[in-house]
Amino acid sequence: MRRYSVFALAREALRYHSGWGRAWTSPEPKKHYDVIIVGAGGHGLATAYYLGKNHGIRNVAVIEKGWLGGGNTGRNTTIIRSNYLQDSSSAIFEKARSLYENLSQDLNYNIMFSPRGLLMLAQTHHEVRGYKRTVHANQLQGVATEWLSPEQVKKVVPIINLHGPRYPVLGGQWQARGGTARHDAVAWGYARACSDMGMDIIQNCEVTAVRQQNGVVTGVETTRGEIGCNKLGIVVAGHSGVLAEMAGFRLPVESMALQALVSEPIKPVIDIVVMANTVHGYISQSDKGELVIGGGTDGFNNYTQRGSFHHVEETLRALVETFPIISRLKMLRQWGGIVDMTGDRSPIISKTPLGNCFINCGWGTGGFKAIPGSGWAMAELVAKGAPGALASEFDMWRFKEGRFIDESVAAGVAH
Amino acid sequence: MLILECPCCGVKAEETELAPGGEAHLKRFGPGSSDEEFEAYMFARKNPKGVHFERWRHAYGCGKWFLAARCTATLEVFGTYPAQTTEPPAELIAKIKAKRPDWKGWK
Repeated sequence: MRRYSVFALAREALRYHSGWGRAWTSPEPKKHYDVIIVGAGGHGLATAYYLGKNHGIRNVAVIEKGWLGGGNTGRNTTIIRSNYLQDSSSAIFEKARSLYENLSQDLNYNIMFSPRGLLMLAQTHHEVRGYKRTVHANQLQGVATEWLSPEQVKKVVPIINLHGPRYPVLGGQWQARGGTARHDAVAWGYARACSDMGMDIIQNCEVTAVRQQNGVVTGVETTRGEIGCNKLGIVVAGHSGVLAEMAGFRLPVESMALQALVSEPIKPVIDIVVMANTVHGYISQSDKGELVIGGGTDGFNNYTQRGSFHHVEETLRALVETFPIISRLKMLRQWGGIVDMTGDRSPIISKTPLGNCFINCGWGTGGFKAIPGSGWAMAELVAKGAPGALASEFDMWRFKEGRFIDESVAAGVAH
Repeated sequence: MLILECPCCGVKAEETELAPGGEAHLKRFGPGSSDEEFEAYMFARKNPKGVHFERWRHAYGCGKWFLAARCTATLEVFGTYPAQTTEPPAELIAKIKAKRPDWKGWK
């Protein structure tokens, strides 16, 4: 792999950019791999990357039914934060956030990590108490967050209307090193690094069946033939239920559509990320000037990557009352992604009832921020066959045993 | 836009009138059941990519619960029926089988 650097840029500038070459290869699948990862989104590629980097396992294929990063990795609102309440979640999300800090250098690929600061508005007294509790919990967990008064909120985001028609802004929880990154670049950067380690990234290759013998996985059948493996990692987000059915088990997961949209590009008006969970919308501004906007999931099972119009309306209503200055903006694009929602709204990184088959799913509405930490933890699980410290609480049997990681109520995160 | 005909009041209700209620025909397991049964009742869901039977409430209409058969991959609605039943009506199953010959059945 040719390293990207200012010298490479200068050299290519002098020869009409003729020498760049492809960032990753597109090989034909081999007959057998040590590890197959299903799903070439951020989480799957990060899993493959840390398998190679941390555990020296490089005979790996990442297979993808569509194109690389074309699912939720390319459909999210690119928010990165780790201000969670429960110890196990804040540990894995903070691991991810801290890996994002140096990911561009690590991958030699500019992922445009922008720790611009992230603010979660408190608009009811319940939220004030909840976020203050989270701030205290974060102090103990070593995650840097703080409580801002309404005046301090106004200072970091001057376009905000503190006295909205429905809910006043009573303060906010602030994570100064939260922010955004370029979502496609995260997938591309990991893919390039994986390819450089000799791993095969096989796109347009849909898994149609999981082969097993005596309760142990032996490979997968795909639209491009059978591929054998010693270990299988399923990292397919919204389609986890479909893959789990092929592997012969059920998950506590339901797939729903989550929408996002962007406005026409405008001059800089907001230089942080703001999430308003009571009125239900979140917003940041991309480098191109578009406002990147998201809201809640549609409430019913859906695999169509489209969403319902009235949810968009609800999200925009929330943001217009919070930021009246944007009321005349036109929206440019809208899309949906299929998110995998678990019963306690926390992810699953787990062994499965099928031997040597591992699953990483259930990130629901908050997967992008977790990509490096999720890949790190999943790689450890796949390599060692047992979860490390980061993943140990996130097994799928916690639902039977009542060990929920209850973020949906506790932290009031947007769902 | 999703439109379901409420079998209780006969109104063709669009999505803003309706509240989704998750998978239909779950059998309740309570005290005395095994851990596996209770976990499956509480959390394990079919979550199919295809034909799905689900509960809906005509929240901003007659307020009654009813059941619907819908395709999660195309959003096609096959039909709705009253909630006072433990399985989908035979004619609805026949209708779905005619449209989806590969469908493995509702269980």
